[in-house]
Amino acid sequence: MEVLIILIPVSLFLGGIGLLAFFYTVRTNQYDDPEGDSRRILSGQWDDHPKP
Amino acid sequence: MTAELRPPTAAACPGCLAAPAEAAEAALPDARIALSLPTIHCQTCIVDVESVLNAHPGVREARVNLTLKRAMIEADPDIRAADLIPALEKLGYEAHELDPGVLSSTASDRAGRELLMRLAVAGFAMMNVMLLSVSVWSGAEGATRDLFHWISAAIALPAIAFSAQPFFRNAWGGLSSRRLNMDVPISLAILLALATSLWETSLSGEHAYFDAALALTFFLLAGRYLDHRTRAIARSAAEELAALEVPRAIRIRDDGEEEEVAVAELKVGDRIRIRPGARMPVDGEIVEGRSELDRSLLTGETLPVAAEPGQQVSAGEVNLTGPLVIRATAVGEDTSLHRMADLVAIAESGRSRYTSLADQAAKLYAPGVHILSALSFVGWYLYTWDMRTALNIAAAVLIITCPCALGLAVPAVTTAASGRLFRKGLLIKNATALERLAQVDTVVFDKTGTLTTGELQPVNLEDHARSDVEIALALAEASSHPLSRAIAAAAREAGLQPAAVTEVTEVPGFGTEGLYRGQRVRLGRADWVGAAQGAQTTAWLAIGDRTPIPFAFSDRLRPGAAEAVRALREAGKEVLLISGDVAPAVESLARQVGIGKWVAEARPEDKAARVQSLSEEGRKILMVGDGLNDTAALAAAHVSISPATALDAARVASDIVLLGTDLSPIADACTTARRATKRIRENFRIATIYNVIAVPLAVAGLATPLIAALAMSASSITVSLNALRAR
Repeated sequence: MEVLIILIPVSLFLGGIGLLAFFYTVRTNQYDDPEGDSRRILSGQWDDHPKP
Repeated sequence: MTAELRPPTAAACPGCLAAPAEAAEAALPDARIALSLPTIHCQTCIVDVESVLNAHPGVREARVNLTLKRAMIEADPDIRAADLIPALEKLGYEAHELDPGVLSSTASDRAGRELLMRLAVAGFAMMNVMLLSVSVWSGAEGATRDLFHWISAAIALPAIAFSAQPFFRNAWGGLSSRRLNMDVPISLAILLALATSLWETSLSGEHAYFDAALALTFFLLAGRYLDHRTRAIARSAAEELAALEVPRAIRIRDDGEEEEVAVAELKVGDRIRIRPGARMPVDGEIVEGRSELDRSLLTGETLPVAAEPGQQVSAGEVNLTGPLVIRATAVGEDTSLHRMADLVAIAESGRSRYTSLADQAAKLYAPGVHILSALSFVGWYLYTWDMRTALNIAAAVLIITCPCALGLAVPAVTTAASGRLFRKGLLIKNATALERLAQVDTVVFDKTGTLTTGELQPVNLEDHARSDVEIALALAEASSHPLSRAIAAAAREAGLQPAAVTEVTEVPGFGTEGLYRGQRVRLGRADWVGAAQGAQTTAWLAIGDRTPIPFAFSDRLRPGAAEAVRALREAGKEVLLISGDVAPAVESLARQVGIGKWVAEARPEDKAARVQSLSEEGRKILMVGDGLNDTAALAAAHVSISPATALDAARVASDIVLLGTDLSPIADACTTARRATKRIRENFRIATIYNVIAVPLAVAGLATPLIAALAMSASSITVSLNALRAR
């Protein structure tokens, strides 16, 4: 069972990355316009180059 | 919950340090112009609107929010919303200016974001600790179990220190003001569970409740978050209604120049130009111009009154025909509109006596839980003289009885029911409005603007000769007065063509006149054409020397008014009509929609007094009204509804806002509210059943962390599923 010494920290670390990513999305207002964001991806406006 | 969730201040959260600084927060720092775009619905709309706005000279950046159907525009200071709206209307998108100052939802939602982060931390920690606990429950022993318990403790302690802050703060607030709220048993259960688990872990014990403490925090936070979100949605929609009325006025400077200023900047003595169709921003006295005024929002009377220099006007009246210049006599807080707010404040004090179902439950629950837990501690201590066993059992009792499902019971149902009503066009502004709506047995309607649209329609067009109506049509089309517009629309609908009337001119405040086959023809007020003014709203047509002929008007009924009244009566509620309008108009309308009891010529105080006296008889009153004269009555009633077209003051005083023009959702709202309250009571019963089963086990010392986790999760999930039936 010595593998637990490695596995538990690794799983906690990976979960922590997910948690931090969620924090990042919340703090940058990425849930302000869920409907608009799901539609924007359908427009071809910035397909060739990113929005300046 | 007893206490409201206070917006958490800058919290010492671990994630705040790790996450990047608020970059997107400052994306549009001084979005100066906000536009409401009610008709946008797809990706093409977004691209169209954004490219048109961005192509406009002076616009720096424009971004559309499809969820809120809104565009925020950052532009040079000299750009006005009025410059941008025509460009959008050319593309076929309806656009209205919003007052960006009123749209503060982003600031208030900081609280929602904090809550969401706490929820995320609690959820993350709960899942990890639960995984570790499962292996303990399935038989990990010795050093492995101790290791797992220590790791659980290392996760649970910081997570709870961060996530459970709202409960600790509320509990402390309640205790320091000597009240026992729902957060006291919650905080005590969490803290006691942590303390006994730590003690057990340090002694290599078998039972640790780290997972239970975290699950408790997570489920309760979920309830709080649902509650917050429901209220945030209602608040943002209410803000949008308020923001649609951009408070601007045209001030005439001493040098005769006109400038557009915010209403807040007006001072006593300022001269203000009021265009036809505009609302008076302040109280004042007319110094120039003649017109007619629509005072229906203040008094409920549909009959326009003549306005001439020297006359007093009140804020909220609408100027109908000619441009007016007024001198302000009272501004801001001193206007008659604001003085009405005092009346509202007095009336409102009665309503605050209502205790919500959650509070009633908490009042029974909180002391019971503490007594039960204390008794089992004392009992086991006297029985075994072992502090450890007694404390363990007391903690188990607190955790199992903890109002986890109770915390979810009310918010889950309210969210589901509010969402259902929002889709039907009803905005629930107040947290307890649904519960109060469910108790209603008497409904009081206002007439003008509530049961009717406030738009007039001619009633006796067919009684007149065709040629006369054609002359009236020709004269009516030259004016923008509501009565003229109503005649023109009705005559056009009847397929009539305007007669050849020449030299048509509008005389503001009186009517229109012209020449028809050498004869002078006039359409307007009774005294102007030489007729006697009756009680009913009437416009008169005078042709040469003939006796003037009357065009009588009645208020147009709101769609769904009769259906709403019928449905409410069928549901066994008494329906009353109280109006400030004259008796014949009220009587005819009452008969039209089928209301038996009506009161006419009621002043604002009369309305409020009548509502209060009915309440004292023990009736639960739903007041539906829109005008300033209804505000006090709206606040005095048990629960109140106002249409979106109502004055801002009336909307603020009411619990529920009707977003569409149709009245029929009102009857449906009562049914939904009754069903929602039934679900809440059911949820309380479900939570109690779980307790009745689990508590004897806990008191008997048979509860294990596994049983606690099962009882808690199962009851929370059943309660949430039951709440979904209210959708």
